[in-house]
Amino acid sequence: MKTPDSEVQAFLELEAYIAALQVAGSDTAGRRAVLIQVLHKAQDLFTFLPEEVQKFIAAKLNLHLSEVYGVVSFYHYFKTKKTGKYTVDFCLGTACFVRGATKLIERAEKMLGIKMGETTKDGRFTLGSLRCVGACSLAPVIQIAGKTYGRVTEDQIPAIFNEYKG
Amino acid sequence: MNKLVKREELGALAVTLQAEAAKGAGVARIFVGMSTCGIASGAEPVYAAIAAALAEHKVQNVELVKAGCVGLCYVEPTVDIQLPGKPVVTLGNVTPERGRQLVTEMIGNGQFESPFSVNDAAFKKQVRIALRHCGRLDPERIADYVREGGYQSLAKALFELKPEDVIKTIKDAGLRGRGGGGFLTGLKWELARNAKAAPKYIVCNADEGDPGAFMDRSVLEGDPHCVLEAMALAGYAVGARYGFIYCRAEYPLAVKRLEIAIGQARELGLLGENILGSGFSFDMQIKLGAGAFVCGEETALIHSIEGKRGEPTVKPPFPAESGLWGKSTTVNNVETLACVVPILEKGSAWFRSIGTEKSPGTKVFALAGDIKNVGLVEVPMGMTIHEVLEEIGGGSRDGKPIKAVQTGGPSGGCIPQSKFDTPIEYESLTALGSIMGSGGLIVMGSNTSMVNIAHFYLEFTCDESCGKCTPCRIGNRRLFEILDRIVKGQGKMEDLLKLEELGAVIKDTALCGLGQTSPNPVLSTLRWFRSEYEDAIKRGQKPVTYSILAEKCVGCRACVKACPVPCIDGTAKKPHVIRQEECIHCGACFAKCKFAAIVKE
Repeated sequence: MKTPDSEVQAFLELEAYIAALQVAGSDTAGRRAVLIQVLHKAQDLFTFLPEEVQKFIAAKLNLHLSEVYGVVSFYHYFKTKKTGKYTVDFCLGTACFVRGATKLIERAEKMLGIKMGETTKDGRFTLGSLRCVGACSLAPVIQIAGKTYGRVTEDQIPAIFNEYKG
Repeated sequence: MNKLVKREELGALAVTLQAEAAKGAGVARIFVGMSTCGIASGAEPVYAAIAAALAEHKVQNVELVKAGCVGLCYVEPTVDIQLPGKPVVTLGNVTPERGRQLVTEMIGNGQFESPFSVNDAAFKKQVRIALRHCGRLDPERIADYVREGGYQSLAKALFELKPEDVIKTIKDAGLRGRGGGGFLTGLKWELARNAKAAPKYIVCNADEGDPGAFMDRSVLEGDPHCVLEAMALAGYAVGARYGFIYCRAEYPLAVKRLEIAIGQARELGLLGENILGSGFSFDMQIKLGAGAFVCGEETALIHSIEGKRGEPTVKPPFPAESGLWGKSTTVNNVETLACVVPILEKGSAWFRSIGTEKSPGTKVFALAGDIKNVGLVEVPMGMTIHEVLEEIGGGSRDGKPIKAVQTGGPSGGCIPQSKFDTPIEYESLTALGSIMGSGGLIVMGSNTSMVNIAHFYLEFTCDESCGKCTPCRIGNRRLFEILDRIVKGQGKMEDLLKLEELGAVIKDTALCGLGQTSPNPVLSTLRWFRSEYEDAIKRGQKPVTYSILAEKCVGCRACVKACPVPCIDGTAKKPHVIRQEECIHCGACFAKCKFAAIVKE
């Protein structure tokens, strides 16, 4: 959990990032052009994009909040719900599908007692999916905290999850 | 290295670098394949182990290179070793242990145990144009690229060729867009050149969204400078001074290597103001995608760069006339751009000599799914599907015949085994109801259900439809619901006609390329694997049958009383029988029987 202090810190950092882009004096098109990269930065800092962060960005870029929300909701990468400490992303590209990704998901859902897109009660894991990470040779693939696991079998799922304790 | 301000300085630098390399002719080079898939397979500890062993044995005259991917994904991590004056030896499935051992073998007699046989016929069938440098140089060092003659084509164009000449060369070569549609690249450039609106922009489409395609990632991670040089060349040809690389956020390593490459090119004066003193200026930046498949469509991509929702717009106007911020914009895919420099180097006639009349050159394919040799292969156009799958790909994993191959991602279709003798060309694949697309070849083994595959793709399309036009937003949803019904065993025969009719309407009426091709997976599987659909429907329609086990039936007559038809015969205390032809499968008898004498199938 982020402490309020670290949240303030994140807002300050976001503000500095936006200021460094030097678009305050630009026309709407110029300010709009940096919106997606600002959202990327914000999600790095906050792990997701809650309403207050979207409002903050809208104000700083002088764009309407509806436009910011429109972009956030359009792209899969941006998340508006708080996620668990670790997001387990199952690749659902065709190669992984053909090689049995759905079986891995069923196993993980059963093990954690949650469905795709949900977070465990202890806030440890969120189950998510990805569209092809381009590592098709390793199919089926799962990604946790930036680490890629390839050629995963159902039986390996518990052991992999156990690497992420606490 | 200092900033280069004259053309001669680039030439001199290349000569110096080559001389240095030649002086080190006694130098062995070890390439560790370190792109995303290599690293995920454990290339980093292998690299560390080799480095440690080299230091431990105090080996001199060895250059250890973090290279891109050679495409042998199924034996990663791979290590390529080039001993002075000897051909490259490739070793697959290298562990850190084996890495240390390699160093001992190298300083021993120079013979390696169980090298991977790259020199076999299958590998020789490949022709490497787009992937020519992948795995053979360090993508994070511009000196490697310059040593291999990099940026010389740009210099030659800037000082010797008119923009029109560059366009003519690309046009004569017959290079077609490798991202999907297959539009002539030279023609695209000419349209942009003739557009009035200034400034103009060059966009590199690196939003490789087709699941199962990873050649663009491989090029960006293995040879980023060839893309930068091609973009500058395109800029010179059409009269643009600025470019964008739109790369998907799922490729962090590609983005990192592009950033390094752009930085180094700027430092060396190969990007920026007045390149090599020619008076031509060109610079670029990277724009990150955010996970929307539709952004691979060029008008949607342009909106995304503008910071908007990535929704496509109707063409015309084409981006060449009105693209980014209403200005002329040339959008080219990574693999297309990777072919540009070789064409300018070796000429359009050379390029035309490879491939077929209508589809010259090579195509990179990503082999994945139920195939033995998963990986990237680059083959001349016109090679048959059979050759690619069986001779290069090594056939299916379980050795059974391959059932079908899927090309073109969610916009493509499934090609049945009976058509594997088709040569791979833009037109021939379209005729089979598929498309070339970006080049993913996903192999379906004998156990794959084609109905499930179509279901999978439709789910993807519904998820990724941007929602702007009705045929795609609602039509695909309906297609998906019908398919879902069939998969769940609730389908009817007339559903197949509905799928075909609706699919045809979506193809005709959807707004963008994604929508117009989205029914392809369904239509192509229906065309070639109709019996699987029919079987799935029949399986679902087959009612449950009830029968009485004579040995358990006591003749209590409870079932006879419960049967609404009635269709159960028998006298008291003797086993009863159900007249199957009259049974309505209601299950009332089954529920009533206390002796478990009635079974359900």
